[in-house]
Amino acid sequence: MAISQKDLEAEQALRRGIGWNGKTLKQMRQEIDRLSSESGYYAGLRELPFKESDPIRYEKMFAKLRGGVVHARETAKRVAASPIVEQEGELCFTLYTPEADSVVTSTGIIIHVGTMGAAIKYMIQNDYEENPGIEPGDIFCNNDCQIGNVHPCDVHTIVPIFWDNELIGWVGGVTHVIDVGATAPGSMTVGPVTRYDDGYQVACRKIGKNDTLLRDWLIESQRSVRTTKYWLLDERTRVAGCHMIRDLVLQMIEEEGIGAYKQFIREVIEDGRRGFINQIKSLTIPGKYRGVSFVDVPYKNLDVPPYARVNTIMHAPSEMTIHKDGKFEIDFEGVNRWGWHSYNATPVSITSGIWVMLSQTLIPNDRVNDGAYYASKFGLPYGSWLNPDDIRTAHSYAWHFLVSAWSPLWRSLSRSYFARGYLEEVNAGNANTSNWLQGGGYNQFNENHAVNSFESAAEGVGASAVKDGIDHAAAVWNPEGDMGDMEIWELAEPLLYLGRTIKPNTGGYGKYRGGNGYETLRMVWGAKDWTMFFMGNGYMSSDCGLMGGYPAASGYRFEAHGTNIKELIDKKLPLPLGGDPDPGNPQYDKLIEAKEIKRDKQAITTETIFENYDLYLNYLRGGPGFGDPLERKPKAIETDLNNGHLLPDYAEKVYGAVIHKDEKGLWVIDEAKTEQRRAEIRKERIQRGVPTREWMKEERQRILNKDAAIQVRHMYASSFALSRKFPEEFRNFWNLPEDWIIKESELEIPVFGAHHQVQ
Amino acid sequence: MAKYDKKTIEELIDGTIDFFKLKEMLSSFKDPERFDTYLSILQDRVPWDDKILLPVGLHLYIVLKNNGDRIVKCDCGHEFCDYRDNWKLHALIHVRDTEEKMEELYPKLLAPDPQWQVIREYYCPTCGTQLEVENVTPWYPVIKEFDPDIDAFYEEWLGRPVPQP
Repeated sequence: MAISQKDLEAEQALRRGIGWNGKTLKQMRQEIDRLSSESGYYAGLRELPFKESDPIRYEKMFAKLRGGVVHARETAKRVAASPIVEQEGELCFTLYTPEADSVVTSTGIIIHVGTMGAAIKYMIQNDYEENPGIEPGDIFCNNDCQIGNVHPCDVHTIVPIFWDNELIGWVGGVTHVIDVGATAPGSMTVGPVTRYDDGYQVACRKIGKNDTLLRDWLIESQRSVRTTKYWLLDERTRVAGCHMIRDLVLQMIEEEGIGAYKQFIREVIEDGRRGFINQIKSLTIPGKYRGVSFVDVPYKNLDVPPYARVNTIMHAPSEMTIHKDGKFEIDFEGVNRWGWHSYNATPVSITSGIWVMLSQTLIPNDRVNDGAYYASKFGLPYGSWLNPDDIRTAHSYAWHFLVSAWSPLWRSLSRSYFARGYLEEVNAGNANTSNWLQGGGYNQFNENHAVNSFESAAEGVGASAVKDGIDHAAAVWNPEGDMGDMEIWELAEPLLYLGRTIKPNTGGYGKYRGGNGYETLRMVWGAKDWTMFFMGNGYMSSDCGLMGGYPAASGYRFEAHGTNIKELIDKKLPLPLGGDPDPGNPQYDKLIEAKEIKRDKQAITTETIFENYDLYLNYLRGGPGFGDPLERKPKAIETDLNNGHLLPDYAEKVYGAVIHKDEKGLWVIDEAKTEQRRAEIRKERIQRGVPTREWMKEERQRILNKDAAIQVRHMYASSFALSRKFPEEFRNFWNLPEDWIIKESELEIPVFGAHHQVQ
Repeated sequence: MAKYDKKTIEELIDGTIDFFKLKEMLSSFKDPERFDTYLSILQDRVPWDDKILLPVGLHLYIVLKNNGDRIVKCDCGHEFCDYRDNWKLHALIHVRDTEEKMEELYPKLLAPDPQWQVIREYYCPTCGTQLEVENVTPWYPVIKEFDPDIDAFYEEWLGRPVPQP
């Protein structure tokens, strides 16, 4: 007999929920939202009675939970076999309230504080409590981007925590897995242009009961990905960590009492909100800050569907407002439309990503929870690449632009720090974290395999106002990442190292330069049916310098196919070893013969076949610079030259250094002559510079003539299409006629997705 | 709460601070007196008498003129404009929009492609210092990076009146 909707609703109304005091989770979620929005305080907490009356006990509980989640991460990661998790630490655990607000998080890829919360909220919203049911011992999995993930390779394991038949929270664990069965091997593939190419997507599914993974799940999931061993062990890593944290919470409740625990998890979030506002007022200046970033999408000649074969640019203008009451607002008005590539992002990935950055600058402490979120506001235009209006969008390499899109916020905050004298906190921005060496096939152990080299977790850091950025050191998305040991990568990938070297001139020049990147030369060895691809910025530098510093260098690719390296090894002849320090003066090419060498700006590619003894150069980018390069201390230039961080021509041209080599072959700088030369360069600048308003007249004419490359015109057209304010401001700035516009439809390129959306 | 003497902040400004002292400074809670110490050092160092209200960039300050105007001024003495205006519109600009101009800065293949992106350098018209660099697509409006709310900062955050002439 069919059950009517009315009967179903009546049954639901009568059902005793698993939340507190018999409420359903949905009721609890609605109540928290209402109380927070009405009062302006999280959960309506105008006071913090627990913290204020018993601060030592409160802090002990926090320290125990925080220590516990970090400990769970450190222990659980040893279960993994994937170097991405075990070496690079690409995992994170977070404890949530029943309503999915984060209480405390571990170290690691803390962007997932928000994404796992979004998955739990989705389950609450879709009444999982009623069907499929939420019970003690259940295990859930999510990696669906449109539900709230960054990209499908970040797989979430989510476990409910019950006390006395009441759900008192959730714990979520995430790892970055090496393959999700997308159209091309690797975790963050470039080939996908739709969701349906992006790989295996699990939408908040119950995958375990009674603390045991279900057999149908184990079979299906392993048949859906290429790297089954890593998938299985990564999942056990996540389950182990979640269960450790669940045990910790239950132990704490036994010791402290359920009442204290419930009060604590509410207060700690409100405390986080207040702490964030306090940091804002202590470190920044109220006002408006603006910046912009871009990244190239050079798809015209790529092997992708015809509607995706366009060159375009992703655009991220950002306006950060610090209100005088300490509230924090970021508006991305002017961003352009999502595209047929895998670089789209979801709102939670951009907002959570910003917390990753803020945890390294404005809130560099362990109080990262949803409190900061409640003190903030975001403007994320619907239909844009960071808030797509179509379920078809692909996301596997969302990081192509995420890190660059929030990099101007580093600079905006840095202007604040600079104004207040906190120069030690200034950072000119972060590197475009690429290249990502990815691919797969049969490896040296005859296994179906995929690789994603996380050497990219060690890029150059942006310069500060006090010192140079750190060289080949970090990636903003994982505050604890590093480049990993070569020996481990050689075990994980059928690619031998022929070099691992500093890449000169890649950090942005400045009074303090950006940290330089590095490069590794890899030779394919022991592989069968092997493909790889490149994925980085090539035509553009996605970052900018600060206060006179230059942007970091952009990218390029080098690959060599059909080489004679086997013969060179057999004959013990010189091989290409080390780096490619001056790509304009290539040296590898002089040592080898090859059927094909690709050395160009197409730094993003789809799968290419690689045979054994083929070469692949993995170049990791530098960070942007700070201040006028003519103010760089001469001794620092000398050190850069002698340590391989700077090519001599650019010491002269960019830094105005007058240099020579001494009898030992070391570079020496003549400080007096350098000072003279710098004075001349300043005069040359005044001579060649034109008043900005004069230059604007010429640029205005170019705009009126619509004189720009197709990718530039497409970028503006797709930004104008989504915004009223951005084109108005554009016309006002350039003093253009009121009806001046550029439309996607006039560009004579495919504009699929601009007119028809699938929700 | 941390507290630093004038000499330490001078070393910070000059980039001569000891690494371990800097590390401690990064790891500690911030010193609320920093702004005043910093401002007094900068004021002593500039060759003019206008009161600095807020440093807004390396070499750039919002200063208070005798008639009450707030203007953007370079430490060489060049006065750009009212602080609500964009000083870049009153600067000199040099745009690197060809491969040749780009490759003065970066080795071949390491420079952005001018068909995608240009580099704009903004110089002080008097001293020739490079004050800001933009790397943007062609046609991009000149960015006004910072609109500080000086009144709210002094009155509501520092808890004192904004300096008057």
